[in-house]
Amino acid sequence: MKVLKGRALKAGDNVSTDHIIPGRYAHLRSNLPELVKYAMEDAIPDFASRVREGDFLVGGNNFGLGSSREHAPIVIKMSGISAILTKSVARIFYRNAINQGIPVLICNTDEINDNDELEVDLDKGTVTNLTRDNEISLQKVPPFMLAILEEGGLLPYIKKYKGFIVPAK
Amino acid sequence: MAKTLTEKILDSKAPGVQAGDIIAVDLDLIFCQDTTGPLVVRQFQESGFTEIAKPGNTVFFLDHAVPSPNKELSNDHILLHQFVQKAGCMIAREGDGVCHQLVAELFAKPGDIIIGSDSHTVTAGALGAFATGMGSTDVAIGMALGKTWFRVPESFLINMEGSFTKMVTGKDLILYLIGKIGADGATYKALEFSGEALGLMTMSQRLSISNMAVEAGAKVGLFPSDEVTRKFLEEQGRGSDYRPLFANPDANYERIYSINLGYVEPMVSFPHVVDNAFPVGEAKGIKIQQVFIGTCTNGRLEDIAIAASILKGKKSHPETRLLVCPASRKVLMDAIGLGYISTFIEAGAVVLPPGCAACLGLHQGVLGDGESCLSTANRNFKGRMGNAEAFIYLASPATAAASAIRGEITDPREMM
Ligand code: SF4
Repeated sequence: MKVLKGRALKAGDNVSTDHIIPGRYAHLRSNLPELVKYAMEDAIPDFASRVREGDFLVGGNNFGLGSSREHAPIVIKMSGISAILTKSVARIFYRNAINQGIPVLICNTDEINDNDELEVDLDKGTVTNLTRDNEISLQKVPPFMLAILEEGGLLPYIKKYKGFIVPAK
Repeated sequence: MAKTLTEKILDSKAPGVQAGDIIAVDLDLIFCQDTTGPLVVRQFQESGFTEIAKPGNTVFFLDHAVPSPNKELSNDHILLHQFVQKAGCMIAREGDGVCHQLVAELFAKPGDIIIGSDSHTVTAGALGAFATGMGSTDVAIGMALGKTWFRVPESFLINMEGSFTKMVTGKDLILYLIGKIGADGATYKALEFSGEALGLMTMSQRLSISNMAVEAGAKVGLFPSDEVTRKFLEEQGRGSDYRPLFANPDANYERIYSINLGYVEPMVSFPHVVDNAFPVGEAKGIKIQQVFIGTCTNGRLEDIAIAASILKGKKSHPETRLLVCPASRKVLMDAIGLGYISTFIEAGAVVLPPGCAACLGLHQGVLGDGESCLSTANRNFKGRMGNAEAFIYLASPATAAASAIRGEITDPREMM
């Protein structure tokens, strides 16, 4: 894949889908351009005013726990975030993010601070923190998920393959 | 080879599976609800498919925002109705109840593979179904193909021994377990509940426990299918759906936890994460402005019954709103028949129509700034009940009913 460059917007541990897009905005789920204005509101209150195209969203433990609402990765992607870096991720959110074509990359995010400039090399599997001049390694994305990600998400994947290409046993 | 319950269920669809494998499997039930359904419909329409694979096994539930609180959600409901009509699949309408309760009453059977665009789809694990929540795109593609893909999870065995003491229920057990292993303690894993105490565990309690497996990050929360399962299915008029289903005794578990039920106390999970769980004594005296009894976790007849037994002849505290919401039309009808609903109304409660009600912060019990609520639901995340400036405590229906009387968190054993 490619090299991504951007700034870190840091959130804490246990950022739930209720933090990312609260249920109180459920009436906007069919109006995504409006919904995106409230992205991350209960986790990073000034997220909407700060986020720029290409930024990274950086989480701690168990990012994306909670409900199955796919609107959570959708608004994160729509807000301009190019990838999510986190120590660990909840299962449904992970699958949803990949299905939406937004990479969720597992690494030790302790060394990343808010506003640090980062360079992510997906092929090499590294994050270079340009602000602090250090390098963190990324966990490998499982090949089956990588195939979906490389097509840009589940819909393009299914359009191309008409089904799931699972590894032969 | 000896198999976990997870491997056994998946093996019947994809022979020879083992934990770690990636498989594509046929689905027995595919469902969505009204807040994730509109995106399911749009993704389906985008996918290029024109027909759903299994209309007889596909259900849309209107439960999260019913009756609709605003025009945007009303329009979403119209979209779902139109899709259902064209696709020829099933719909459960406003007032029928919460999707997971209806899946248990009407559809799930041992050995099924079920996906739903709602994280608490795991609830049906209580019936021995491999049931898990997914997002709207996965469910849309599930509807299109009648199949999905899974990574076969490794299993943790939760070995239950002994028996509950008075006023302690399955809700307390699962809060205790999540407190112990953490909100990410079982991420990607299957939780399998078994042990000597299995036969004592009612279906209602099993459903509460499986429901909250996802709050420990688990992919499924499975119970074996035994006599309790058979009895439950018979009560639903679905006796022929029963088949026994157990893990092999020497199956390979990644971890084994043993819990003696006799040591579990009534539990309270403090804001804002579910694993912040402590015995009720630690929460004693915390003032609460609202008590909410209901949801897919604890809105069943057994839950309503224990709450009614505590509230009978009593009043809820004047400074505490008491909301009661039966999980389905059937639960409501049974509760009316048994006099429980009169008990609640006489106690000063507001009885809400079957559905998700106050659980997710859309309507019917949104909290004010600084308010605290004791809820029988499964999540206490910041903002969950419609206000990021409010506080949610989770507990069993017994603890909720006792607390409603005193206006503060109360050990239900003090009401015996
Ligand atoms: S009752 Fe609450 S947790 Fe259950 S499905 Fe409805 S919103 Fe979700």
